[in-house]
Amino acid sequence: MPERRAHAAGETVLETKGLTKIFGGLIAVNSIDLKVHKGEILSLIGPNGAGKTTVFNVVSGIYRPEFGEVFFRDDRITGKKPHQIVSHGIARTFQNIRLFPDMTCRENVMAGRHCRSTSGLFSSIFRTPGQRTEESIIREAAEKRLRQVNLWKSRDELAKNIAYGSQRMLEIARALASDPALLVLDEPSSGLNPRETRDLMAFLQGLIREEDVTILLIEHDMNMVMGISDWVVVMDGGRKIAEGIPDDIYADQRVIEAYLGKDDEDSTAYDVPAEH
Amino acid sequence: MERTPINGIGRLASSRQLHIALATAVFLIYPFLVSDYFIDIAFYFGIYTLLGLSLNIVLGEVGLFDLGHAGFYAIGAYTTAILNTKFGIPILVLLPLSALAAALFAYVVCSPVIHLQGDYLLIVTLGMGEIVRLALINNPFDLTGGPNGVFGIDFPSLGPWLVIDSSLEYYFLIWLIVGLTILGLTRLQDSRIGRAWNYIREDETAANANGIDSRSYKLLAFVLGAALAGVAGNVYASKLMCVSPESFSFWESCLMFCIVLIGGMGSIPGVIIGAAFISLFPEIFRPFAMYRMLIFGSAMMLMMMFRPGGVWPRKRGAVKYESLLEGTGRSDA
Repeated sequence: MPERRAHAAGETVLETKGLTKIFGGLIAVNSIDLKVHKGEILSLIGPNGAGKTTVFNVVSGIYRPEFGEVFFRDDRITGKKPHQIVSHGIARTFQNIRLFPDMTCRENVMAGRHCRSTSGLFSSIFRTPGQRTEESIIREAAEKRLRQVNLWKSRDELAKNIAYGSQRMLEIARALASDPALLVLDEPSSGLNPRETRDLMAFLQGLIREEDVTILLIEHDMNMVMGISDWVVVMDGGRKIAEGIPDDIYADQRVIEAYLGKDDEDSTAYDVPAEH
Repeated sequence: MERTPINGIGRLASSRQLHIALATAVFLIYPFLVSDYFIDIAFYFGIYTLLGLSLNIVLGEVGLFDLGHAGFYAIGAYTTAILNTKFGIPILVLLPLSALAAALFAYVVCSPVIHLQGDYLLIVTLGMGEIVRLALINNPFDLTGGPNGVFGIDFPSLGPWLVIDSSLEYYFLIWLIVGLTILGLTRLQDSRIGRAWNYIREDETAANANGIDSRSYKLLAFVLGAALAGVAGNVYASKLMCVSPESFSFWESCLMFCIVLIGGMGSIPGVIIGAAFISLFPEIFRPFAMYRMLIFGSAMMLMMMFRPGGVWPRKRGAVKYESLLEGTGRSDA
């Protein structure tokens, strides 16, 4: 097994042990062991239907696993509800962008602060000083994140009215607003043009440098995977078939077979799997 | 460069205050200019506004289809009627108690079904409303008086000094309650809780994934909505001095639903307009009573075709000057 890059050898942030999710007769995820280290970018790749998104949905609490455990930092989070998992520090985005379409960009990002605030019914109705302070903190944190993703100008636009690429970034800003320790991105580059993808890569790398955050990523764009990942995990048919640093994965025979089928004559061409 | 945007916002805020002041003035002067009959119409306008506001929390803010809201209204009215006639508890003391009873009922009934989506919840709440009405007709424990209902409910009073027993006083009572409710709900809309409700309406999965416990917030909406309907029931019962099951039929739930749809989901001014339409419309069209439902139905259909968002939909991001002027060199924000 190849060694991890030196800077990514820190403590484990997320760990899954024997994670298994079954839908009827289909084993969507088959005893997956995953270790994400602090401050790294880990990419989960694999052909369509490999079970990548299912892993994400189990980790973020949308599905409950049949077997296996999920540990986040020191807590066991297996089977917890999505909203509880967010407050533990895992924030996610979705493959097909899920914003709050008829609300403004600012309101969208403010959603991320919900789990970090506590005002209740009565303090909201009576506008207590504590509630007002908290509201302004929520607002400022949201505005900071909007500036960070370059959407300050669109803050009062409805989320459904901004460009597709901006919607992707808005969703990331919303996830970041909860100050997560682990950011889980499901195909963030899908639907983006090459320039937007490059910007996204630069943004994520900057994020890792400047903030105390770890990134778990599902991605189909091989340039992006090879460009920014510290570690790559390959799934096929619900199983983990390989893992390693990007260069090793690039050359791994099992990976090539998973994408292109066995005994393919032209198996060195790697940019094929970008299916949508 | 002058900061024109700030002036713009200032003007916007003051024009809103002006509107509120004007509306309040009209409401204060109106009853002194018209006969008791028209004061009573305005009273029912107030009741429907309160009911519309209460359903608006559930339907408008959270997007939950609730076609059994009359059930909560009935629980409030009957709590007042029974406790007042059997135990002589004053109406004003029963006001919070009726709200509490309706809220408790909503909590117990909605807890097991709150996870249902869209049409399924609609059917369940519809059934709930009908069960309440049928239970009242069946006269359980000899409390509800069956189809005849309960008679002889008191006027609200604070000792001998303040007795609310005229149309004028009832008018002020209901609109005072409506005013306070609007104040509270406006503040809620612009808070963490109001936003959480809207997030759920927009996309429940995304709301959950952003840390919102959708189950609790949906229940909170039902409980709060039911409490307000309970308050409306209390005032209604004492105004009519009697309650009977036919006042809380499926039709009442439909009317509340229409109020929210006509006005615009989640819009407080919209609810007032919707309530005005529902309560004043039958009066205006009294000469054509035969065609009332025909006109009403056509109006609803036209509305849905040409203005599906309602007459006065809630505006979001209304203060846009600041961000629009950015980059034109007119703002230094």
